[in-house]
Amino acid sequence: MLVSILHRVTGAGLSILGGIALVWWLVAAASGPEAYAAFQDCADEWYAVVIWIGLSWALFQHALSGLRHLVMDIGAGYELRTNKFWANMTLLGSAALTVLLWIYILGAR
Amino acid sequence: MQSPLGRVRGLGSARSGAHHWWIERLTSVSTLLLLVWLLVSLLRLPDLGYGSVVEWLGSPLNAVAMLLLIASSFWHMKLGLQVVVEDYVHVDGNKLFLVMLLNFAVIAGAALAAFSVLKIAFAGGAA
Repeated sequence: MLVSILHRVTGAGLSILGGIALVWWLVAAASGPEAYAAFQDCADEWYAVVIWIGLSWALFQHALSGLRHLVMDIGAGYELRTNKFWANMTLLGSAALTVLLWIYILGAR
Repeated sequence: MQSPLGRVRGLGSARSGAHHWWIERLTSVSTLLLLVWLLVSLLRLPDLGYGSVVEWLGSPLNAVAMLLLIASSFWHMKLGLQVVVEDYVHVDGNKLFLVMLLNFAVIAGAALAAFSVLKIAFAGGAA
């Protein structure tokens, strides 16, 4: 139930925030060094980093939950215990992947 | 005399649901693969400054992969958001308006992103 609604919430959030970020980044890069520097100044603010961390978690959650849906689409994993187990694993997996990614990014700085 | 809209109203499915469903799955897999490529590529760049990013996007392989990612992800966004609107917006007029707005926004976003990639690839990104 939670994982199912999270799939929609993270999907909508990724579409809106992630879509805007991707377009902004590419348009800034195509518009020249000053526009790109303005993008980078915004993207490096602490509140922007909070958004990046949130977006990366949303991406991992949506991807893992999406993979679970693909398995269910072929008709597997409907037994109550199996279903519940993999639903929980998407939550655990997305949290673990987010932590690992940001340890890597902040460690490499 | 009956308008085409009047003739189809109340008849139910337009029989395009299975196509929507299949393209949503297809673009989910392609978007996932291309996002893994993007994440790994960005993590492997020495920095995310202007010079590095423009040089990286200038290579044909990277530019084409980015164009495919834009097509795949924005198509997936359109299909996903449309289902959310259709499920939660119950007033017909609002639903029609939001689905239209959503299609315009997704196409505008994809066009801006794709044009930017092409500009960097063909003109080196300089303004």
